[in-house]
Amino acid sequence: MPLTIAIASGKGGTGKTTVAVHLAAWLAEQGRPVHYLDCDVEEPNGHLFLRPKWTVEEEVSIPVPAVDHDRCTRCGKCAAVCEFNAIAMLNKPLVFPELCHGCGGCTLVCPVQAIREVPRVIGTMATGRAGKIQFTQGRLNVGEPLAPPVIRAVQARRAPDAIALLDAPPGAACPAVATARGADVIILVTEPTPFGLHDLELAIATFRPLQKPLGVVVNRADADRRVQEYCAGAGIPILAELPAERRVAELYARGELLFAALPPWRDMFAKLWQQIKALQ
Amino acid sequence: MKELVIISGKGGTGKTSLTASFAALYPSAVLADCDVDAADLHLILQPKIRRREKFRSGHAAVICAEACTGCGRCAEVCRFGAIAVAEPDETGRRLHSVAPTACEGCGVCVWNCPAQAIDFPEQECGEWFLSGTRHGPLVHARLVPGSENSGKLVSLVREQARQLAQQEDREVVLVDGPPGVGCPVIAALTGAQGVLVVTEPTVAGEHDLHRVLQLADHFRIPAAVCLNKWDLHPEQAARMEKAARAAGATPVGRIRYDDAFTAAQRQGRAVVETEASALGDDIRAVWTNWCAITGVTP
Amino acid sequence: MKVVITASGPTLAEPIDLHFGRAKYFILADTETGRAKAHDNTPNLQARQGAGVQSAETVANLGAEVVVTGSVGPKAYRALQAAGIKIALVEAVCPGTEALRRFKDNELPVLDKPNSEGHWV
Repeated sequence: MPLTIAIASGKGGTGKTTVAVHLAAWLAEQGRPVHYLDCDVEEPNGHLFLRPKWTVEEEVSIPVPAVDHDRCTRCGKCAAVCEFNAIAMLNKPLVFPELCHGCGGCTLVCPVQAIREVPRVIGTMATGRAGKIQFTQGRLNVGEPLAPPVIRAVQARRAPDAIALLDAPPGAACPAVATARGADVIILVTEPTPFGLHDLELAIATFRPLQKPLGVVVNRADADRRVQEYCAGAGIPILAELPAERRVAELYARGELLFAALPPWRDMFAKLWQQIKALQ
Repeated sequence: MKELVIISGKGGTGKTSLTASFAALYPSAVLADCDVDAADLHLILQPKIRRREKFRSGHAAVICAEACTGCGRCAEVCRFGAIAVAEPDETGRRLHSVAPTACEGCGVCVWNCPAQAIDFPEQECGEWFLSGTRHGPLVHARLVPGSENSGKLVSLVREQARQLAQQEDREVVLVDGPPGVGCPVIAALTGAQGVLVVTEPTVAGEHDLHRVLQLADHFRIPAAVCLNKWDLHPEQAARMEKAARAAGATPVGRIRYDDAFTAAQRQGRAVVETEASALGDDIRAVWTNWCAITGVTP
Repeated sequence: MKVVITASGPTLAEPIDLHFGRAKYFILADTETGRAKAHDNTPNLQARQGAGVQSAETVANLGAEVVVTGSVGPKAYRALQAAGIKIALVEAVCPGTEALRRFKDNELPVLDKPNSEGHWV
């Protein structure tokens, strides 16, 4: 299968989506099949820049228990095995679907098969096209806590014949790891500030145990070289340095791709692609 | 006592830098860094740690290699793809193991294993700290990279900050919240008396503002909105303030795009601690306006 | 009647804990015999999520008919309802003895809906 690339960052707002959408746009310009999968399901933003036309929209749900109280013998095993406190035994089993992680443990343990599973919707997923780019995004419903099931649903839509770009959630917790696990290589986007460097260190500590090739893109690069020095010491290659320009921030604000107004950016992404291939 | 939370929806909009400035402007608050996945406030406030505690949460499955018979029942029942299967060894047994980064901690494999070969130890997921800073006490935490349940650690940090505020008779807890709208943000918001959303006039900022205000409304928390880097796109900034009002939130000011924002961070200082500037005045105005709606005396 | 008071310490002399789900102690008081017994709720405080639900299960198992507390979140409320346990509401912190006296004197309103968003985890 063609390469699957996760584009992640420790700190939010460092330019992860900027890198992902321009890489997708550049690859599409080269005639390469590419599938953009927005796994930042809490705040999916890739669509604002690539503006896909949606063809399929679907719900994402997790299976939660429903108890048949006529059949139930009140043995309490379902409540006892639930690690998430989603079932309480109060005269009879009482289910709290909002706490359920959908593991299926209660269904398996029930000695009289009194529990069946019903879907509970926690998010949505949309698939479409932005020009030649295939596009899928997940969206966690507001007020829902669990992002990983939506992320897994998005990844399951990956087109087998295209280069896959996974726009990962920021941070170094479970949603970011759930995304990166599905990738062949991981790109970390950072900025040359103390916050950027600190969060990059956390991200590297998070992703290294996955034993996948890692590379760093420094966005808004300037005279501060601490990120580059840190990466040299940690043995992690710098794949690209994207310059700090107010014009870039203004185009970004409008949701416009940079290539038309700033042609040198096209070359930067051509070089980035060469670096990513070398990383593998 | 009032808990005031600063969040952003979209990351990187300047939330932590603003929190540091508010801390400098209102040193009688207890500070809580609830962005436990990527805590940065300590880089500005340089806390002296007075107390540190381990944070444990949930369990994770570990297969004991000697006891595993290779029957495959664990892989059958695991819904999270967390079981890895090795090639058969010299006896033909296929050793199973758990990928810690994928384990949900549900325990289904543990009690379905016919050989009782799976341990289920409690997970050490991080540490939390009670510290002193030049702008008052700070409760903060460090999540073990890749750990889950940062939501519970957020709740714990808030709880400690509230207790400290009660003990020391402090009126305000200032909370630096996490990005996004998921589990850690919900844990940072529920039951708070006010939330300030720091956003920017970009298409992504606008999109995420809409979601985060829905969340604040869902939990019925009075919301204020501040536009950072507003002059990048003045029309968009005005549009977002209008949308914020329509969503029941109050705009409390605009902050200009200025390299001094990053320069202060590089010096380990809050913007309002650096020499007087229009940028500092913008931030002071936001704090004063937010105080007016939350009933805090600035 | 068996009454559970949410408390910050193991005796009724201690101030009550206004939060039901994450109360440190449940003190089971028998209004007929006047006896009181403390139950340590620390294990539920450490639950990764659903502390309120677990606390409701605990007070149900203690045999309580009424809970005297300050705030109950939506999930704990639903669980207490299912167990048939009434909630008597105290609005400000006071010693457990005082809360119990006010309950016996019918001074405490009965809570008929959740009055806190709870802490989600």
